[in-house]
Amino acid sequence: MSKHAPEPISMFDARIMGPALLDSFKKLDPRILWRNPVMFCVEIASAITLVTFGMSLTGANREPAWFTGTVSVWLWLTVIFATFAEALAEGRGKARAASLRKTRTDVTAKRLNKPKFGSDYTLVGANQLRKDDYILVEAGELIAGDGDVIAGAALVNEAAVTGESAPVVRESGGDRSAVTGGTTVIANAIIVRITANPGETFLDRMISLIEGAKRRKTPNEIALEVLLIALTLVFLLVCANISPLSIYSVKAAGQGTPVSLTILVALFVCLAPTTIAALLPAIGIAGMDRLFQKNVIALSGRAIEAAGDVNVLLLDKTGTITLGNREAVAFVPVGGHSEQELAEAALMASLTDETPEGRSVVVLAKQQYGMKQESLLPDAETIAFSADTRLSGVNAGGKQYRKGAADSTVAFVKTLGAKTIPSNLEDVVDKIARAGATPLVVSCDAEILGVINLKDIVKGGIQERFQQLRSMGIKTIMITGDNPLTAAAIAAEAQVDDFLAQAKPEDKLRLIRENQEAGYMVAMTGDGTNDAPALAQADVAVAMNTGTQPAREAANIIDLDSNPTKLLDIVEVGKQILMTRGNLTTFSISNDVAKYFAIIPAMLLSIYPQLGLLNIMHLATPLSAILSAVIFNAVIIPLLVPLALKGTKFRPMPAEKLLIHNLLIYGVGGIIAPFVGIKAIDMVVGMFV
Amino acid sequence: MKEIRPAILMLIMFSAICGGIYPAVVTGISYAIFPKEAKGSFITDKSGKEIGSALIGQPFSDPKYFWPRPSAATDFGYNSMGSGGSNSGPTNPDYLKMVASRVKTLRDSGVSGPVPSDLIQASASGLDPHITQEAANVQIARVAKARGMSEERVTKLVTQATEERRLSIFGEPRVNVLVLNLKLDALK
Amino acid sequence: MNMYEWVEIIFFFVVLLVLVKPLGIFMARVYQGERTFLSPLLAPGENLLYRICGVEKDDEMDWKRYAWAMVLFNLVLFVALFAILMLQHLLPLNPQKFPAFSWQLALNTAISFVTNTNWQAYSGETAASYFTQMVGLAVHNFVSAATGMAIVIALIRGFARRKTSMLGNFWVDMTRGTLYILLPLSLIGAIFLVSQGVIQNFSAYKTVPLVQAITYDKPKLDDKGNPLKDAKGNPVTESVTAKEVTIPMGPVASQEVIKELGTNGGGFFNANSAHPFENPTPLSHFLEILLILLIPGALTYTFGVMVGNPRQGWALLGVMLLLLIASFAVLQGVEVSGNPLLAKLGVQGANLEGKELRFSLAGTNLFTVATTGTSCGAVAAMHDSLTPMGGMIPLSLILLGEIVFGGVGSGLYTMLAFAVIAVFVSGLMIGRTPEYLGKKIEVREMWMSIITILTAGIVVLILSGIAMITPPAAASMANPGAHGLSEVLYAFASMANNNGSAFAGLNANVNFYNILGSLAMILGRYVPAVAVLAMAGSLAEKKYVPPSLGTLPTDKVPFALWLTLVILIVGALTFFPALSLGPIVEQLTMLGGK
Repeated sequence: MSKHAPEPISMFDARIMGPALLDSFKKLDPRILWRNPVMFCVEIASAITLVTFGMSLTGANREPAWFTGTVSVWLWLTVIFATFAEALAEGRGKARAASLRKTRTDVTAKRLNKPKFGSDYTLVGANQLRKDDYILVEAGELIAGDGDVIAGAALVNEAAVTGESAPVVRESGGDRSAVTGGTTVIANAIIVRITANPGETFLDRMISLIEGAKRRKTPNEIALEVLLIALTLVFLLVCANISPLSIYSVKAAGQGTPVSLTILVALFVCLAPTTIAALLPAIGIAGMDRLFQKNVIALSGRAIEAAGDVNVLLLDKTGTITLGNREAVAFVPVGGHSEQELAEAALMASLTDETPEGRSVVVLAKQQYGMKQESLLPDAETIAFSADTRLSGVNAGGKQYRKGAADSTVAFVKTLGAKTIPSNLEDVVDKIARAGATPLVVSCDAEILGVINLKDIVKGGIQERFQQLRSMGIKTIMITGDNPLTAAAIAAEAQVDDFLAQAKPEDKLRLIRENQEAGYMVAMTGDGTNDAPALAQADVAVAMNTGTQPAREAANIIDLDSNPTKLLDIVEVGKQILMTRGNLTTFSISNDVAKYFAIIPAMLLSIYPQLGLLNIMHLATPLSAILSAVIFNAVIIPLLVPLALKGTKFRPMPAEKLLIHNLLIYGVGGIIAPFVGIKAIDMVVGMFV
Repeated sequence: MKEIRPAILMLIMFSAICGGIYPAVVTGISYAIFPKEAKGSFITDKSGKEIGSALIGQPFSDPKYFWPRPSAATDFGYNSMGSGGSNSGPTNPDYLKMVASRVKTLRDSGVSGPVPSDLIQASASGLDPHITQEAANVQIARVAKARGMSEERVTKLVTQATEERRLSIFGEPRVNVLVLNLKLDALK
Repeated sequence: MNMYEWVEIIFFFVVLLVLVKPLGIFMARVYQGERTFLSPLLAPGENLLYRICGVEKDDEMDWKRYAWAMVLFNLVLFVALFAILMLQHLLPLNPQKFPAFSWQLALNTAISFVTNTNWQAYSGETAASYFTQMVGLAVHNFVSAATGMAIVIALIRGFARRKTSMLGNFWVDMTRGTLYILLPLSLIGAIFLVSQGVIQNFSAYKTVPLVQAITYDKPKLDDKGNPLKDAKGNPVTESVTAKEVTIPMGPVASQEVIKELGTNGGGFFNANSAHPFENPTPLSHFLEILLILLIPGALTYTFGVMVGNPRQGWALLGVMLLLLIASFAVLQGVEVSGNPLLAKLGVQGANLEGKELRFSLAGTNLFTVATTGTSCGAVAAMHDSLTPMGGMIPLSLILLGEIVFGGVGSGLYTMLAFAVIAVFVSGLMIGRTPEYLGKKIEVREMWMSIITILTAGIVVLILSGIAMITPPAAASMANPGAHGLSEVLYAFASMANNNGSAFAGLNANVNFYNILGSLAMILGRYVPAVAVLAMAGSLAEKKYVPPSLGTLPTDKVPFALWLTLVILIVGALTFFPALSLGPIVEQLTMLGGK
């Protein structure tokens, strides 16, 4: 399978840089910048320096014009770097949205009068389709809107949405019935019930999400912003306080001049947590974008952050822990019945069973036992699998063929009047189950014929991933419809922490509620309609794109690849977003220490020459010291843009170790880096001053 | 408005308990067990007249007396109606001038060598009854000369007026100036 | 430090730490309404008190009602105290016939005692009657302390409780704190202090003859009591001889003990705990420092017990101890070194200006860091006369927000607000929505914590700025230059953080300081208090998140160090410029020999 989209768009692609640059100027509009209060304050500060620059030109200001002018330029650059970082992050999303939009060309749809093949239809534009309309889609046509397949089966190319070029089967009934607008039917024809009005389709939502248009600040982001605003306010007052203090000190010392407005403004911008404030929007947007690169669509930023907090992970065994589908590998007869007899009954019971397991039974019966039965007798009645009976089969030719879990099949034959159950059944079932495979008991009328051995294969490397999760404090619970024995065997092999066997939908729901009641954040993956209630209940609900429409609607994250281990990636990105914010906040605030040592002695030197001792960096002159701090404060933003967009590297380790690790890098580093940076800039500035 | 009644009544009740009963009980018990201390640790003369508190210093400037630390009490040194320190900052030029003049007074009185800092720095209360042993030692010669006594005798009295560490740990050894000077006067 | 001082200091901390656990457990039992050994004695009176005051013991309050009861009670307290001060001349127990306070001074003093600040712009022995001291000031020493404790208990309940809006009953918490904790400890402490020589009587002031009469210059006053000046503007003086001295008396011990125990700090006398009648011996000194730190220290254990994990309390106590001991070490170091400007004059020894000899130097310095780390504000040495770096220690301890033990109740709740901020940032750094004690820290908690820790700092920055360019404010300084700036900065730091100690050279009994200071004290006390209660209300309603491997443990050393760092960084970033124009530059000047 080849992947061609989402195409990797480089961070500094010209297609993005150009518009982003333009956008970064548009974002200077105070009415827009207001959304980022810290940078808004910096903009006002920059505007003030423009005024003082003007005053310097006319000689109304003490400092030389080159100084106020340069300060002003760098303050403006600080703001522009911030808006540019946001524009850059949005730009990647926009580029992707644009390519998605191309697929949403005007499609015409065949709206059916009755939901049947062969019914009359009228041709209508896609934008005229409403919920509960029925459309016919034939080979080579684009599906005009989101919906459910209600009749037929077709091969659908979903590359437009998922980037996966291999076509997938979409068919009525079961868990593979949902289709997405904008995808193409390659073979066969289907009838689709439309489930979304124009503008509300999956594709529409996806476009607006990755464009960042509907991005809402997450609670964590708001809480952090509260902290940043408070710090900004304090630094504003610190700077305002210096002015009267310096006026007094000039009088007291009998020398020097009070600190000027330009320098106070410069100090304020340096102290304000501009680094994190500038990169904050970009971190969130980039996080969503990173998820999208992994073919995951989060329907809200909140969902991603919640993923970072997950303590309990409910994983479907099938497809997540074990390799896709179970396969029938053997028929084991019981009670004196022959293999042939069993194979025939198994085939009969599975003929209309379109699940992969059902098909594998058919395949095994045909290949190894030469069965030829292709279709059922006309009077045949299909008994679909239900989660309650946990049986499926066929009534044909006056006989009732069933297959299902041991206990349910036994219960079923007893209702038909079976007096004895073959004595070796339990042994056979146990043996298969203990090996981690699934025993499927086959019956014909009141007679139990034998057991189908459905084999499960645990995915390679899954144990390591669970180990990682454990070290992050996340408990994994495997959910399976298997009997407890089978479940235990697989759980042990895969090394999950716990399992829920013979799970019915209400069991899943109860399990989630219990965990939530105990204070845990629960994540779960699901695809079936019967998963929808549990998905709706879970804090983080990941639906497979191949899943049913109800499942997708109940979820807050959609995995386009339909690969359930994606949850691990989602958790990782969620944590990365929070960590990047936390680390950059710490870095930003730690930086202030060095800035104080650069600016305070410089601005007070004329009053108290003794304070020159605090100039531990030995910066050339007071003006070059202030300028260097301002320049450092500005250039650190673009330097950290790549980190903001890529996110802090995530390492699964216990919380305390992780904290120490990050504190050493961003806290201690945050104190040291500006000393080095400011000194280096000062050496350069010193050459000109 | 439901809380107004408890607010007012609580104030009245606690004023009675903490402002009336409690100090009265403390006073009662104190008078019973530690009457002397409760009343101010007064020193009495032979007639039983209170001539000063052992805890409160008094001003001395006569060469025949041991001098206490400088006092920044209001109006005059060791005025117990005006307790308080100088509140002079360590770099205050006026303060440095004052210290210089105190050093000069001491030098004039015959102190050579380093001046113990407690003799030229005022206490916090302005009523500090003590000086350090060093500060007493540098004055022994002067007092002995003024009184025509041997230095050994004065030294002995200083030792008698020295308060040692409480429980061998707490505080520093120190000389109570008022007690020492009263002892000196009592010799006559 | 000599060997004795080492032993004294180490012994002190051992005693303190030994007392933390039993008192902490006792307080937890008191506030949780459990039986204690004092119950048989006090419960009948307690219940009678509730009946008289119309309080239902089990009538729990949500945060709004709790806050309202607290504010209303404080309002009533203020009115009562203001009235006592204004009517002092008409009230009993006034043997010295002191007149009423001026309204500005009465306003400042009443607010000062109600807010647990005990800033004193008057001197006790020449202005306040026994009635004012006992019924006015001492009562407020009890109830303002009990109020602070009630608030922190409400906050602890917010952490400990789940899915409820109820935080307890303010009246019950206030009453229990006073009756079971403050009064019994005060009684024992007061008797011990009397044994050391702290006075406790109702006599009129005593006059004794001076052994040596003393002659001094007294400024001449005109008919209105203003100092006369000669043609050059110098004050005219006359020579006066004093043959006797008046020694003030009063019920000192009963007030002294609650002044320290409740971290109030308002001295009976002007010289406060440096006065020989307030603090006569090294042992009384030892006890007084212990009393200052006792409840704030033990409350950390109470907190641990009530949230179900005493280690959480130890972690906070560890942070407090670390900051206290570090501050002490610096202070001790610079004070022992003395003043180099005096050394030039031939003076030898530690800086003893404004210090008493009966306390060892280490003991004096320990008192200084204890009284400013807590919001006590009693003084056993004059902070104004410390070396510049030495003076910066108490100033910094106050500016950090009174969390190094802190005021009774207020110290711990401010520390918890810091912990919330520290948890928030560290939570982000490990990639989780931050949680503290199983409660998720969200927007509301952030707002309230920030208001709690930054209010005082913001008030200091604004008001000290105004003072520096207001001529009457600057005229109050006793020392010129950078030291004068330190005095003003200290004054507002002390008032806004409800400490009450001063760089006492500053003449604060002028309208500027009386009125703006009152504002600072009100904002510094009630804005954080209400914010804390609001946070308690929001925390109580949250569900509990059990800890997992991904949860940052907040009861271990790394978090404690991180919390310490957050406290220091917030403090340093806020006040470094102001400090550099005050004590820092003065220290450099002093060392430079200028």
